[in-house]
Amino acid sequence: MFPFLLDKPGSAQEAIAAAAAGGRYIAGGTTLVDLMREEVERPERLIDINRLPLGGIRVEGQDLVIGALARMAEVAADSNVQRLQPLVAESLIEGASPQLRNMASLGGNLLQRVRCPYFRMLDVGCNKRTPGSGCAAIEGLNAGHAILGTSNYCVATHPSDVAVALVALDATVRVRGPKGERSFPVEELFRLPADTPHLEHTLLPGELILELRVPGGPHARNARYLKVRDRASYEFALVSAAAALAIEDGVIREARIAVGGVGTRPWRLRACEAALAGRKPDRQAFVEAAQLATEGARPLHHNAFKVTLLPRTIVRTLEMAGEIA
Amino acid sequence: MNTNVIGRPLTRVDGHTKTTGKARYAADFNQPGQRYAVIVSATVGLGRVVGFEGGEVERMPGVVALITHRNAPKLPYLPHKAIIDPAVGERLHVLQDDSVLFYGQPVAIVVADSIDHAERAAAALRVSYETRQPVVDHADPQVARTVPGAGADKSRGNADAAVAGAAVKVDEIYDIARENHNPMEPHATVAAWNGDRLTLWSKSQFLVNEQAEIAAVFGLPTENVEVICPFIGGAFGTSLRTWPHVTLAALAARHVGKPVKLVLTRKQMFFTTGHRPRSLQRVALGATADGKFTGVIHEGTGETSRYEQFSEALTAVTDYLYSCPNVRTQYRLAQLDTGTPNHMRGPGEASGIFALESAIDELSYKLGIDPIELRRRNEPKIDEAENKPFSSRSLIECYELGAERIGWAQRTSDPRSMRDGRLLIGMGTATATYPAFHAPASARVRILVDGTAEVEAAASDMGPGTYTSMTQVAAEFLGLPPEQVRFRLGTTAYPPTPSHGGSWTMASVGSAIRAACLEAKSEAAKRAIADQSSPVFGASMEAVEWAEGRLRRRGDTSPGLSYQEILTKAGNPIEADGSAKRDPETAEKYSMHSFGAVFAEVAIDPDVGTIRVRRLVGAYGIGRVVNPLLAKSQCTSGMIGGMGMALMERTVLDARDGRPVNAHMADYLVPVNLDIPKLEVLFANEVDPHVNPLGVKGLGEIALVGTAPAIANAVFHATGTRIRKLPILIEDILNAEV
Repeated sequence: MFPFLLDKPGSAQEAIAAAAAGGRYIAGGTTLVDLMREEVERPERLIDINRLPLGGIRVEGQDLVIGALARMAEVAADSNVQRLQPLVAESLIEGASPQLRNMASLGGNLLQRVRCPYFRMLDVGCNKRTPGSGCAAIEGLNAGHAILGTSNYCVATHPSDVAVALVALDATVRVRGPKGERSFPVEELFRLPADTPHLEHTLLPGELILELRVPGGPHARNARYLKVRDRASYEFALVSAAAALAIEDGVIREARIAVGGVGTRPWRLRACEAALAGRKPDRQAFVEAAQLATEGARPLHHNAFKVTLLPRTIVRTLEMAGEIA
Repeated sequence: MNTNVIGRPLTRVDGHTKTTGKARYAADFNQPGQRYAVIVSATVGLGRVVGFEGGEVERMPGVVALITHRNAPKLPYLPHKAIIDPAVGERLHVLQDDSVLFYGQPVAIVVADSIDHAERAAAALRVSYETRQPVVDHADPQVARTVPGAGADKSRGNADAAVAGAAVKVDEIYDIARENHNPMEPHATVAAWNGDRLTLWSKSQFLVNEQAEIAAVFGLPTENVEVICPFIGGAFGTSLRTWPHVTLAALAARHVGKPVKLVLTRKQMFFTTGHRPRSLQRVALGATADGKFTGVIHEGTGETSRYEQFSEALTAVTDYLYSCPNVRTQYRLAQLDTGTPNHMRGPGEASGIFALESAIDELSYKLGIDPIELRRRNEPKIDEAENKPFSSRSLIECYELGAERIGWAQRTSDPRSMRDGRLLIGMGTATATYPAFHAPASARVRILVDGTAEVEAAASDMGPGTYTSMTQVAAEFLGLPPEQVRFRLGTTAYPPTPSHGGSWTMASVGSAIRAACLEAKSEAAKRAIADQSSPVFGASMEAVEWAEGRLRRRGDTSPGLSYQEILTKAGNPIEADGSAKRDPETAEKYSMHSFGAVFAEVAIDPDVGTIRVRRLVGAYGIGRVVNPLLAKSQCTSGMIGGMGMALMERTVLDARDGRPVNAHMADYLVPVNLDIPKLEVLFANEVDPHVNPLGVKGLGEIALVGTAPAIANAVFHATGTRIRKLPILIEDILNAEV
């Protein structure tokens, strides 16, 4: 690990000023410290934000508001979260391991870096790590990589589980930067890799995530998360899906579907959602809608199975959400 | 044997030491003035080093030395091979020339005053290479197959003709991925020189060999090297050999004139500390319509390096496991641009039996005969390869025990015939076997004046509970309660023992401790008899007897003399050495192996392909069980290892440069708690009077062998799709279109 300076600001204002001057925020450290130990990340100055009052979980009307520093385990165990947004709790429990969930913050979870093994190898090309150095994964071993949103520069998946749930639920993120506060959909936090995969999110220099707001609604109760992977815990998704259904009089009024493990960012599937509106929540409808998920998919040498697995995972998740599983 | 302590479920005597953090592992040792070494590993798969940009590195903070082939001393590397070293080839010589034989080979070491300074300097060192294309794909048809010495091919009858003409046959190819041992504890060595004497605090499963190997590498008398390793945090075979990092630690310590600590990173543990070789196997079976084997062919190829021919028992079990007049086995090696593999728990047997037991399972469906019944019909009366009786064999009893426990009778025979909701349920079974080895070993016993005893052997305890089980053996034969026996291991200062592997530690070291205890007891009796004031004075050795650690005249009903009473007079302890080895006459007469039956129940989601193991039952015939608590623990750990082999473990190589892509604990999957189902372990009530004086057959390896094929067979039963590769992943289930 390379040496670094550690700031412990007492206020958000100080923290933001330090970050705008080039510092990097650190909360749970579960991604950053790991990458620093492997020398993939070499920040010169870290800003420890753990002292800032950005924790806590509260209910405002129908909305659930989660502080950026709330830990994964804390949010997953919170009775309001379980009652109002069970999908958020379920996606958190499926993420990481108990030890990591005790440390990792929600804000940090969204900004975690990719799990592409080549990203961690300092002796191969990686456009994300070193712009212009090439992508070792495209012609390498890529069974775990994305089939949606890829470019000729990067094919890594976004690894977060809870981000998939938040995107499905139309959650918004509130941030504060040197020029003040703004709110925008979580979905817009993530960039596609295009030809600049080193740029992963849309935060402006110094901007700090304050909280996440998850709006309630009739879909929130019938909402489930399914993560398909080769071991039961502490493993990233081959494919995951978050599905929420607003069902009225035996008919789907509104469907929300987002998937993970297949996209270069948490992937909302609006065509699938549209195909479900007005249908009865049965397997036939789910299968037909799920077929639309792989439109535009670009499988690589080793991950073509994801093209098969993606619609199947969506169908199963919809069945779980519709309680017909 | 008058068993009193042996067979008791004693908790671990070192449990408190471990759980309170007092157990010291190799990397926990520190020496005054110690420096820290970090290995720089090659980043190309084949070629040679053409340059270092090292000047700058040597000026970095805290850096004491940069050692490369250009400034490293030429080491003698005297010939030395132990049983765990490949018989053919020569071990890797580190920093002796510019060649790079495989990705990750050490090309330099940086020594600094702190681990941080050493790591930073190592990361900053730029190495340039002249590169050639390595070949690392075992399945590449251009890779030459070499014959690994005598015994690679065995044949009785005419297996090819028998299979060709059989009424029912199976002929398939099986592919098992490379695995790395991945114990929790990293390899580590602290090396300290005192003149031409070297002390190594080093993770090792074979202390006396590490001593001899390093002595040979540096051209020292063996007795000038001492190796210390009181605790091991898991090894599974990776610390049987003495790998290059031990040489590098000693070399660096000599170079800088200070003690040096060297700890491998997790990533480096995928480079130069061995691996279970990828194997490709063909098994062909021929049988009569009523299920009698008429021909068995088993051809296997394992990967090895270019510089050594590592061989393992890939096809060995096929010779003796079942009754069949026509059996042919063939073993070949594929030499690749990779580091040398080595033994990993159940080496060879675990891979070979996956192919054989999968094929037998396939045959059972073709024949319409229950898989257990098929094995029963081919149960041999003797070892037909060696043409001698088994010293003991409880395979059928194990099948019966296991079948009853898992509820085999409730299993419906057709594939895809069992469901739980939408999940496909499958039950599978497979045989496990492993040789009951016994190697020469020695031990020392000291009965102290206070009546307690100390027992010493240069053995290791990588987790099975050697500290505890050897305490029980000594307590048993001294007639003392185990609390009054202190067993010590983990230094070459103690009497030599064989490698801590091959499931032979109890058979070998335990028998030596027994011999030493009997000798010590005899010395104590002689002393008492010679003592004029003793109630046994003047008696003949035949006229006295020991009962629960007390000596008296035969037939006397008095409590007798304790060790303390015997020794207090003279005031000095009794010390006795003991050794044991397999009786050659018995070895000539009997075939000695452990046998077991493993059962698995799996649930497979037909839509998304997830595989969950719901139950594992292992029934084993392993002779005497010294400590049922430890034995059960060892078996469940082996079953979990087998589950990893079946469903998760694989080291994936990038063919472009031979690098292991998943050299990381987050990417090399092993089962976690949530994966592990109910595990049940049963032991056959087996008495083996021939195998060794203790009647133990060992169980470290057999506990893993058999689990992977049981799971694979259960996957077939659940899905009707045969997957002939390991690990079986979700993508395999999907690709098979369940």
